[in-house]
Amino acid sequence: MTETILEVKNLEANLEDGDKILKGLNLTIKAGEVHAIMGPNGSGKSTLSKILSGHPAYKVSSGSMNFLGRDLNELEANERANLGLFLAFQYPLEIAGVNNLEFLRMAYNSKQKYHGLEEADPLDFDDLVESKLEILSMKNDFLNRNLNEGFSGGEKKKNEILQMLILEPKLVVLDEIDSGLDIDALKAVANGINAYKNTGNGVLMITHYQRLLDYVVPDQVHVLSEGRIVLSGKADLALELEKKGYDILNAKLS
Amino acid sequence: METKSSSILENLNSQEYKYGFTTELETDSFPKGLSEEVINRISRIKNEPEFMLEFRLKAYKAFLKMTEPEWALLNYPKIDLQDVIYYSAPKKKIGKNSLEEVDPEILKTYEKLGIPIGEQKRLEGIAVDAIFDSVSVANTHKKALAEIGIIFCSISEAIQEHPELIKKYIGSVVPHTDNYFTALNSAVFSDGTFIYIPPNTKCPLELSTNFRINTKGSGQFERTLIICDDNSYVSYLEGCTAPAFDENQLHAAVVELVTLDNSEIKYSTVQNWYAGDENGKGGIYNFVTKRGKCAGKNSKISWTQVETGSAITWKYPSCILLGDNSIGEFYSVALTNNMQQADTGTKMIHIGKNTKSTIISKGISAGKSSNTYRGLVKMGERAKGARNYTQCDSMLIGSHCRASTVPYIEVEGDSNRVEHEASTSKISEEQLFYLQQRGISLESAIALIISGFCKDVFKELPGEFAAEANQLMSLKLENSVG
Ligand SMILES: Nc1ncnc2c1ncn2[C@@H]1O[C@H](COP(=O)(O)OP(=O)(O)O)[C@@H](O)[C@H]1O
Ligand SMILES: [Mg+2]
Repeated sequence: MTETILEVKNLEANLEDGDKILKGLNLTIKAGEVHAIMGPNGSGKSTLSKILSGHPAYKVSSGSMNFLGRDLNELEANERANLGLFLAFQYPLEIAGVNNLEFLRMAYNSKQKYHGLEEADPLDFDDLVESKLEILSMKNDFLNRNLNEGFSGGEKKKNEILQMLILEPKLVVLDEIDSGLDIDALKAVANGINAYKNTGNGVLMITHYQRLLDYVVPDQVHVLSEGRIVLSGKADLALELEKKGYDILNAKLS
Repeated sequence: METKSSSILENLNSQEYKYGFTTELETDSFPKGLSEEVINRISRIKNEPEFMLEFRLKAYKAFLKMTEPEWALLNYPKIDLQDVIYYSAPKKKIGKNSLEEVDPEILKTYEKLGIPIGEQKRLEGIAVDAIFDSVSVANTHKKALAEIGIIFCSISEAIQEHPELIKKYIGSVVPHTDNYFTALNSAVFSDGTFIYIPPNTKCPLELSTNFRINTKGSGQFERTLIICDDNSYVSYLEGCTAPAFDENQLHAAVVELVTLDNSEIKYSTVQNWYAGDENGKGGIYNFVTKRGKCAGKNSKISWTQVETGSAITWKYPSCILLGDNSIGEFYSVALTNNMQQADTGTKMIHIGKNTKSTIISKGISAGKSSNTYRGLVKMGERAKGARNYTQCDSMLIGSHCRASTVPYIEVEGDSNRVEHEASTSKISEEQLFYLQQRGISLESAIALIISGFCKDVFKELPGEFAAEANQLMSLKLENSVG
């Protein structure tokens, strides 16, 4: 039997002191699977990604989230990350004065330490990073800049994928990784995702567009609306949505 | 919205102060109190020449007519100067030339502080002068330096051995009448460091002084004088620690720097006095006047300070840019936590032509602390083509602290230019979450953001001290909530 990587059941969640955003969400991702989540703006896609990864602003009021056999609710954000849950942010944050390469090494070593493994010395780490840069057609000078500071939209997204490739997580949640990318950047990012994915890990892509799915073909496509997955299907569901828009939801659900 | 990370940001506590231990020593201490007799005794004990006693008494006379300055954004009870011990020294003989004479307890103290002063354990590339309460207790590498004409010794010794240099330069940058605390210091100063770099000499070692206040109730009134002659260079670093006492202790230092033609002094400070406890009890009152004079053309004075300790910091390392084309720099990180208060900054006085100055100030406030940048940029009519660039950034951690920026700009003459940038930021929850999502713990995430914020200043520190400063920041902001 294939390993279950993520199992979300009847998940309800809200802002610490606000309205309910997720209203009974179910989702199961098995090893080797690529899932895509689509859905109108404001339907709760980013919220789902943040709740999975442990953002402190949101509160789970009922339901469960199980990741590789662990209850996510009981883990701090950094523990979830170290266990192999990776979120590529829709809007990656800029951190002034923090060198990109040093940050990458710190993140890598946090994970090593968490698993009781040896930390990478700077030279070995350089080699590792070098090999990943190639996959993304990124230039070396990226590494000497400050973390996301003054990066273009596309550079920020590539930098997210670079981090993903270095940390080798078990599940990646990519929140609109394709938004704002030109064709070359889109190809590079898709290259990165395809290099990452294998039979032992999982991918959850949040996207509005078919064009990413042309490169990274999903096993399942879900439509999120008003805090719930209202429709699931195969890759062709995305094509249909692209053609007809979310109006089809009304037709299909009525 | 009160979330876990925001509540942690409110409650960052400094880790217990590592250097708060006391050394049990027999000391020769004066009784508390300030009088002409006390000044006479200090001068006598040090066997000073007549001119020095005159200097002290003149300063004391001026001091009696002065009052404590009140313009700083600082709140503290009036300091009772009669309640201070003005001279305290370890009883055992002081090792002037051989460390064998130094009390082993003192050697142990420095070892605990991580500053080996024993002959075999010298730090590579660094010569250290160790000042314990009122006196210099050890000075390493002195002989080697003397061979190339560099004088690196305690100021007491310099007064004996090099009176002509002292006479010429002491009070030449900071006159005793400059302010209340300089007048006091000029009257009662006990020890400090003296450096003279002869012409055409690049000092091959980092020179460093470690100041330790040990005796309860004793003040430290150090006096440091550094002269860099034509075409020479020296980099100097001072470090400061003190035991954790409930009572406040006064530290009122005067530092004077002089650069002659084409010479440069780089002066760095890592100040980690005792800051008092969470409730503001105890800690050092740090009232310091530091000033450099770029007397020669093309000369340069660069101040880098990392201020983390002290209950009260009142300190404005300044540059008088007298020589044409001279350069003044001020790089500062001031961190306040709990109930600490800092009012610190610089003065750049442009007098010569084409003089340049740069000010980079980073203030970090946490807890209920208050952190003020106060800076003056002054350009006279004569200073044609003068330039200043100032950047003042404040970072607030939590919502009970305060940061203020008070820039004074006085510019005459239309060929002079001043540029000023300022910003205030908070560590955002989103940034913390981003870093945590990459596996980094909350504490390390905060430390990383702080070190990024301070980078432009830390990179000015010599050698390994940048790493040390980073560590110090983390310790000071370590969250004890866990
Ligand atoms: N931190 C927040 N503060 C206020 N409202 C929020 C916050 N996070 C999400 N929301 C609200 O929750 C809903 C879902 O948002 P989001 O998950 O970002 O949608 P999507 O990513 O699908 O466009 C929206 O109505 C949004 O305004
Ligand atoms: Mg979104």
